[in-house]
Amino acid sequence: MNRRSWTVLAEYLVERLIRATGILVMLFLALIFLFLLREGGATFFEVPLGDLFRTRWYPNEQYFGILPLVLGSLVVTLGAAAIGVPLGLLAAVFIAEVAPRWMREVLKPFIEVLAGIPSVVLGFMGMLVVSPLIRQWLGAPTGLTALAGSLMLGYMALPTIISVAEDALDAVPKSYRDAALALGATHWQTIWRVTVPAARSGILTAMMLGVGRAIGETMAVMMVTGNAARMPLTLRSFLMPVRTMTATIAAEMGEVAQGSTHYHVLFAIGLALFLVTFLVNLIAAWSIFRQGKRYGRLLS
Amino acid sequence: MGHCVIIHVAMGRPLVVCILLSLCASLVACRPAEEAAGAPGVAIRNVGSDTMVNLALAWAEAYQARYPDARIAVTGGGSGTGIAGLINGTVDVANASRSMKPEEVDEARANGTTPVEHTVARDAIAVVVHPSNPVDRLTLQQLSDIFSGRFTNWSEVGGEERPIVLLSRESNSGTHVYFLEQVVRLGDKNARTLFSPDTLLMASSEGISAEVRQNPNSIGYDGLGYVTADQKAIAVTAGPSGPYVLPTIESVNSGEYPIARDLYMYTAGEPQGVIADYLAWILSPDGQVIVRRLGFVPLGAGR
Repeated sequence: MNRRSWTVLAEYLVERLIRATGILVMLFLALIFLFLLREGGATFFEVPLGDLFRTRWYPNEQYFGILPLVLGSLVVTLGAAAIGVPLGLLAAVFIAEVAPRWMREVLKPFIEVLAGIPSVVLGFMGMLVVSPLIRQWLGAPTGLTALAGSLMLGYMALPTIISVAEDALDAVPKSYRDAALALGATHWQTIWRVTVPAARSGILTAMMLGVGRAIGETMAVMMVTGNAARMPLTLRSFLMPVRTMTATIAAEMGEVAQGSTHYHVLFAIGLALFLVTFLVNLIAAWSIFRQGKRYGRLLS
Repeated sequence: MGHCVIIHVAMGRPLVVCILLSLCASLVACRPAEEAAGAPGVAIRNVGSDTMVNLALAWAEAYQARYPDARIAVTGGGSGTGIAGLINGTVDVANASRSMKPEEVDEARANGTTPVEHTVARDAIAVVVHPSNPVDRLTLQQLSDIFSGRFTNWSEVGGEERPIVLLSRESNSGTHVYFLEQVVRLGDKNARTLFSPDTLLMASSEGISAEVRQNPNSIGYDGLGYVTADQKAIAVTAGPSGPYVLPTIESVNSGEYPIARDLYMYTAGEPQGVIADYLAWILSPDGQVIVRRLGFVPLGAGR
């Protein structure tokens, strides 16, 4: 076999391998979905749809209202987004546009380390440090609240938001900034009127990925939110305990009788979570795709 | 010892081998004679109460580690499952966190077995608050009103003007179910009262003690063995006015403390052979140490 045909063969094999791994990933996703559907699908035959949308979750006595859990996840995630998105965005702008080079070199690896802290450690910190402060400073009856969960999740979403948004800002062509500065814009004007809007879709992706991580997070949330399945309907609910979908699955799956209605409902909650996370990621992917197309247009 | 010498000569590693050999010999010697008489390789089928399943597993593990020939298969499923198995003859030892009902005993007699009850441990639930909370005694009725959400402020039970924060174990814990039946529902089988939806459900005893330790608003409950010194236990009375009893190993064993129950093992007839050995070991100090380690109350510690 001469060198040329060897190269052709290797090329062919590598190409196939890459294609196979790509297809495998999709296959796994489909299998996970089918598994959740198989285990959770029975819910819809066993529990009347109306009962699922009640406000009481007490599976021991067949109360399967998942509304407090869905709203609990929603409240905690919204809170996390409200905390994590502005902070993450500002940090990304600082690192990409303002910080001197040496500081940038220090900050970027630090942020990556932040992403590596196990959530159970954060949860423990939240339980022993953050929640007592919430009780003492904000006058909540207990510190194990939705707010504590939001703070933890917002913090956990930060590394994702910062690094993706920073990459997007970095990708804005230097000519944009040069043009803005040449027209007499100040540094700040250049950032807020030119660079950030140009990186809009990438920043949106960063938010989506950060929020996606927040919805699915379990351990830290379970440790700090108090897990009371109450309906969070007022703004004050941030200072009250909530029970999220993930925490419910994690807390109850261990001891549930396999094949029981409760077991099926837990999988149905998993299915709902899967769909929400999938949707969030889909929107993020779509906005990346759009961004790619836009740059293609600009460069042509 | 003769072997020992030979090996010594042959292998030049005297001490280790000697110790190993004598250890083996002493183990064989220590083993009760009855155990060898029991059918080897046949497991004791130990089924029942979910509350007791961890305790039963811990006993089985410790016993099997000590007597490697013993085989004990532990399964949960609930007290009723274990008792039904005992009646049908598919279970050798049934774990139950309640006494057998008269109709279950009749059913067993009809099947030709006489179930024998062995109290193996006690389970007591302590109600705990922050040490600074001035409330130090409550009636069961007050506890029920607190945990069902009827009382929401400590001033309603003679305490400070503070909101009450309810802490409970997760709903799949046996302690949770027992507390719901005995305290929230006051033992009334037909009651439908539930925990207040504002009740914080903690996945672990540590979760409850961490919150009770630092939050003066909180009230929680847990197995007596899990209560640490930095929480204040509440004295409880079943009646409307007392006497209020603090949960201690003594008051539980004397039956004065109201939120406590006996844990049983039932056998079909008087236990024989390996089963008798196992039960005797469970009641021995070695077995009762494990009871305390798992947060239950050992029998007769006052003695």
